[in-house]
Amino acid sequence: MITIAEVEHVALLARLELSDEEKKTYSDQLSAILEYAGMLDDLDTGNVSPTAHVLPLKNVFREDSEGAHLPLEKTLQNAPDRDGNFFKVPRIV
Amino acid sequence: MDLVYMTAHELHDKLTSKQISAEEVCREYLDRIEKVEDRLKAYMTVTGDLALNQARSVDKRIASGESIPPLAGIPIAVKDNMCTEGIRTTCSSKILYNFVPPYNATVVEKILAGGMVLMGKTNMDEFAMGSSTENSGFYTTSNPWDTERVPGGSSGGSAVAVAAGETVFSLGSDTGGSIRQPASLCGVVGIKPTYGAVSRYGLVAFASSLDQIGCFSRDVTDCAVLLNLITGHDPLDSTSAPGQKTDYTGFLNRPIKGLRVGVPVEYMGEGIDPGVRAVINDALKVLASQGAVIEEASLPHSKYAIPVYYLIATAEASSNLARYDGVRYGYRAEDPGDVVDMFMRTRSRGFGTEVKRRIMLGTYALSTGYYDAYYLKALKVRTLIKQDFDRAFDKYDVLISPTSPGTAFRKGEKVDDPLQMYLSDITTISVNLAGIPGISVPAGFSGGLPVGMQIMGRPFDEGTLIGVAHAFERDTDHHARFPEL
Repeated sequence: MITIAEVEHVALLARLELSDEEKKTYSDQLSAILEYAGMLDDLDTGNVSPTAHVLPLKNVFREDSEGAHLPLEKTLQNAPDRDGNFFKVPRIV
Repeated sequence: MDLVYMTAHELHDKLTSKQISAEEVCREYLDRIEKVEDRLKAYMTVTGDLALNQARSVDKRIASGESIPPLAGIPIAVKDNMCTEGIRTTCSSKILYNFVPPYNATVVEKILAGGMVLMGKTNMDEFAMGSSTENSGFYTTSNPWDTERVPGGSSGGSAVAVAAGETVFSLGSDTGGSIRQPASLCGVVGIKPTYGAVSRYGLVAFASSLDQIGCFSRDVTDCAVLLNLITGHDPLDSTSAPGQKTDYTGFLNRPIKGLRVGVPVEYMGEGIDPGVRAVINDALKVLASQGAVIEEASLPHSKYAIPVYYLIATAEASSNLARYDGVRYGYRAEDPGDVVDMFMRTRSRGFGTEVKRRIMLGTYALSTGYYDAYYLKALKVRTLIKQDFDRAFDKYDVLISPTSPGTAFRKGEKVDDPLQMYLSDITTISVNLAGIPGISVPAGFSGGLPVGMQIMGRPFDEGTLIGVAHAFERDTDHHARFPEL
């Protein structure tokens, strides 16, 4: 069971602001989904290694060479707010 | 025959023999979009002027006597989660309602380099999270076979655009079935290639260990031709698989005598609609009549795939979607107090209900105290699921199942019960967890609605899937039936 307090804690970690109604809904639905996921406990995975992805790739290296990059103006074209060549955000501290 | 239901290989012959121009083809498709789009809403954006310009430049090449590549002048639509330079790319999310990418995804570069004509961007479940297109932040796409029903998802717009003659091809992405399931529900061919076979550079990330780009087409031959164009290693995507390019058209017209086909019992039993099961059994008889050896197979960990998938996919999504903070692009909440207030309000208003639910679930699964119990446990069971497939492919060349447990469901039927919606992905998600390729081909109809057959294969063995799918298609005509609109 995921309590309202837990929902609030997770929402803060995820940087989400939820209404009281959303908190209640997510508390119920996440509880149901996690209860369903409880079936995984039936399996003994003590000797099983995890699969993070399926490709037989480890580190992928490339030559450190010069290449094309996005021009500054294109990089900033979607900025909700800017100041010269900077992305502008509200007060941080 | 109607131009809007022609295959690319038929259109290519007409273009090169100058029976028709690429501009005429393009206009025909734009007229079709105009005629049916208010009922179907497959597209987010239609790029008519751009398409006409691209078509005219192909006509110039033909007029100058140049021999054009197989897909030049052929219309294609692209799911709205692949970046298109200068063309709005929303992921069907309010948080990206105004995002105009400054670069093209690698697949988009490839289709443009192949001379294909970009018709527009297609509607989807927001951030590809859903199985019905009802989670689009803007509107729901309708199934052309019955507009009261969903087209499937998340690439619902891409499936519908092909099924309804609004394009010849489309690109989609498949994280847990998002190409194969809508292909099944709309009666078209849809392939999810092996993880790493198609570059994901420029694909908006949902769950990075599962996401794969693939395509929709009207028949298997077209699928092979487009796969030739979009597959291959890309240095811009570090998860792109190195290796030689394959010519998938070389697998067409091959006999399947002696082919070993496994039918996983877990995908044919409880929960599968009897009408769907009957269609698949008939389809297996078609393959058997050509000499394929059909046997019952087993993937014993199948039932664990749903929780494993929803823990892994949401955990990865919660991390990938952290970038939507209102700083560099997309929506930003009005008059933020400080920067944290801006993050919180931007994300709360920009994301829809399902996206927030998955971010919450994923954040929970990764949070202190729960990581081992949920996320790590899911990664371990993923290994067991993958081993099921490894063992099955020791014995069988391909595995076959229904693509989806049922036919297209009614709009609204599952929206209030996320778990029920998740369960409709049972037959497709294991393929993503194992990273193997899967194709859905039209296999018949149940209650007047299309049913897809899923063929699964070994990693990087798309060729065999194409061969089997084409063998089935040669003896059937389900792919050549079109909805009345």
